[in-house]
Amino acid sequence: MHIDYSQEAPAIAGRLTISQIEELVARPLDTKPDRKYFIALSISGSLLLLGAICLGISFYYGIGLWGNNQPVGWAVPIVNFVFWVGIGHAGTLISAILFLLRQKWRTGIARFAEAMTIFAVICAGIFPIIHTGRPWLAGYLIPYPNQHSLWVNFTSPLLWDVFAVSTYFTVSLVFWYIGLIPDFATLRDRTTSKLKKTIYSIFSLGWRHSSRHWQHYEKAYMLLAGFATPLVLSVHTIVSFDFAVSILPGWHTTIFPPYFVAGAIFSGFAMVVTVLVFVRKIFNLENIITLDHLEKMNKVILATGMMVGYAYGMEFFIAWYSGVQAEQFVFINRAFGPYAWAYWIMVSCNVIFPQLFWFRKFRRSIPVMFVIVILVNVGMWFERFVITVTSLHRDFLPSSWAYYKPTFFDMGILLGSFGLFFTLVILFTKSLPVVSISEVKAVADGAQPTHRGGHHE
Amino acid sequence: MNKKLYGLAALFKTPDEIIEVAKKTSAAGYQKYDIHSPYPVHGIERAMKLKPSKLGFITLVFGLTGSALALLLMYWTMSVDYPMIIGGKPFFALPAFIPITFEVTVLLATLATVIGMITFFFRFPENDHPLHDTDYMKKVSCDHYGLVIEAKDKLFDEAKVLEFLNSLKPESIEEIYYPEKETYPVLEPKFVTFLIIIAVVTSGITYFALNKLLYMQPFTWMMEQPKLNPQKPSTLFADGFGMRTPVQGTVARGFLPYPYMGQNNPTEFLQNPYLPTKENLQLGEQKYLTFCSPCHGNFGDGDSRLRGQFPNPPSLHSTRAREFSDGMIYHIITNGQNIMPSYASQVTREERWAIVNYIRVLQRAKNAKSSDLQVVNKETGNNASN
Ligand code: HEC
Repeated sequence: MHIDYSQEAPAIAGRLTISQIEELVARPLDTKPDRKYFIALSISGSLLLLGAICLGISFYYGIGLWGNNQPVGWAVPIVNFVFWVGIGHAGTLISAILFLLRQKWRTGIARFAEAMTIFAVICAGIFPIIHTGRPWLAGYLIPYPNQHSLWVNFTSPLLWDVFAVSTYFTVSLVFWYIGLIPDFATLRDRTTSKLKKTIYSIFSLGWRHSSRHWQHYEKAYMLLAGFATPLVLSVHTIVSFDFAVSILPGWHTTIFPPYFVAGAIFSGFAMVVTVLVFVRKIFNLENIITLDHLEKMNKVILATGMMVGYAYGMEFFIAWYSGVQAEQFVFINRAFGPYAWAYWIMVSCNVIFPQLFWFRKFRRSIPVMFVIVILVNVGMWFERFVITVTSLHRDFLPSSWAYYKPTFFDMGILLGSFGLFFTLVILFTKSLPVVSISEVKAVADGAQPTHRGGHHE
Repeated sequence: MNKKLYGLAALFKTPDEIIEVAKKTSAAGYQKYDIHSPYPVHGIERAMKLKPSKLGFITLVFGLTGSALALLLMYWTMSVDYPMIIGGKPFFALPAFIPITFEVTVLLATLATVIGMITFFFRFPENDHPLHDTDYMKKVSCDHYGLVIEAKDKLFDEAKVLEFLNSLKPESIEEIYYPEKETYPVLEPKFVTFLIIIAVVTSGITYFALNKLLYMQPFTWMMEQPKLNPQKPSTLFADGFGMRTPVQGTVARGFLPYPYMGQNNPTEFLQNPYLPTKENLQLGEQKYLTFCSPCHGNFGDGDSRLRGQFPNPPSLHSTRAREFSDGMIYHIITNGQNIMPSYASQVTREERWAIVNYIRVLQRAKNAKSSDLQVVNKETGNNASN
């Protein structure tokens, strides 16, 4: 097949008119959910329930139910935290960075990716709050004048995390809501149900599609994108500081911030592709979320996957080059010690399998890409597992070496976080437009003035 | 009914048309007009001759405020209010403050931009605008482009504007009126009760969170008061110390020094100054139960719950203990004995003697003779002995 690369493929396929686009996106909101929807919801709901029960039991009996113990004091909870924060990064990247880079193809997937960001950050936020077993004490993380006249430690990366993640969540939520305002207005004007109209009116704030407003709106969107871009980079940088600022061999490396950011985007895109593959099929959005878009995302996965691979190699190189025995031991132990299985799962899922995306055929094949992105999701979870556990389990005193195993409760809570994530995603698909109506309209064929006839400027 | 005209609206089908329309309208000198489109149309601001948005200023001001606030807070808490050396860093560890400064900057700038835009630039929420619920709005919400010229405009004249709109060859023209005044059922009892319930619940939860979970001032009521606290400085005294040393050669009330600390058998000097009166014995019983019974048992048998968990406390009914002088028991309470700690700081001098008297009662009761029973019977008029 011959493709003309000199011309940009249209962002929207199928020559849809503006009202057809609206119709297509709004249809899931106008129709009643079917059986399949409830089946999906009950599966994710059950996982969520499992997680909630495991958590409840953990709170009641104490976190001794988890596998964490000396010397592996940091284990699955922080692995899950970093994993979920990472998933979130794709959304901001798509909505903010690609916006600043004027990538039109982002419009079809931005809303969904942003929603996933928010849900992923919610999932991530659970872990720091529960990991002490006393979630009601999380308020102490906020600096506030108190009777103990104590302040939080502003020089600790763990506190930076509090600020980074909560800022990230707030900004993503605001960004997402700003994008939703015109869509709420559109939905308000097309719905016939009185209740829906009231709800949409409230959330649309009375948006009138006025050009005088659009002007400020676009400005605000750009400013927010401008802020979200360094923000998203800062968040995973700060998450990596949790490790990198400590002086533990295996954690104390300067490559961590960029390595974590690349990994976050890598895993985030993988998760977005995983979900979009289904969404575009189920909601007939193949023309809006086109194969071209998926292919572009797969290219990003390939690129970031290789960055991650480079980081794996570089860590080894620096360990050798530094000449520090403890450092060298940690890395040899990582690849060939008792956790070698986890290490090689990580390497194969993150570095080897994504290489298939060099081939156009695989990039554009839904089944192949689905398998690969699932592997990437697995691999990225293991990456955090490898970093956390292998650096800890053989510490400086061989007498305290141990082999860490997560318990049933650890895994139950992890599954529960997936349940929460997918429950939110499923609810989202039926309650809000999964594609930004106004943004997609703006890039449809014939949506922008042609400025023909020289009367413009 | 007399409806008030808001303006005249015209609908168009293509983006090219609307750009043209915008240019003509601004050229015709209208000020209060607006173009509506389902998405931002490129170049419309230029066609409408709008001034660039000033939103960025809000972002700038609040962003800088955020940085300044964050830095000041961290400086004040870490270097002034509660300076503490952490990881050998200086009190004002600027590099370590950068991440939080950045996050707070972004947070404040974003929130200010968005809230500023919505409330100040848009004057939202405004769900009662005359344009809402019109056919015009429904169309521009979907796939049409519209122009509205408001009746408030200086040049507005219904006939002339109509003529002008017609000259633009629109798809349709619509007159838009202000909606009739709505009555708000704000004062309905149901709504008021609802508000009250919400107020009570939120303030209750907030109070609980601030007081019980976060111990925040001033919700902790009188926990903090302007008074001298131990180890705190005071401006009242010349030397700046809040805590005072006693005046030379004086003894504080209730703190009579005990000269036999650490000695073995100082009994000959210690006389029991208290008679075993009823009040005194009651006091002794009470104090014994509080301080001694956890180890020695309620009746001095050494059979408390601690048995087996702590070196077993001895019975107070052994011959040895019965032969102790009052002073010896007093000394054991005051000084402690081997692993039994001193109770001098918990039990006052008088109470200690009262305990001694009470122990005597226990010992006597445990080893009572039949002659004792006769005394009791005589006193109570009872005949239980035979
Ligand atoms: C923490 C447990 C504990 C408490 C409370 C306690 N005792 Fe004792 N007491 C002991 C132990 C243990 C001994 C034995 C010490 C030794 O090894 O000589 C002892 C010894 C004694 C003896 C000496 C007995 C002997 O035969 O040597 C007397 C008298 C006595 N306690 C009185 C008291 C009185 C009065 C109180 C209440 C003020 C009291 N104890 C509170 C643990 C306790």
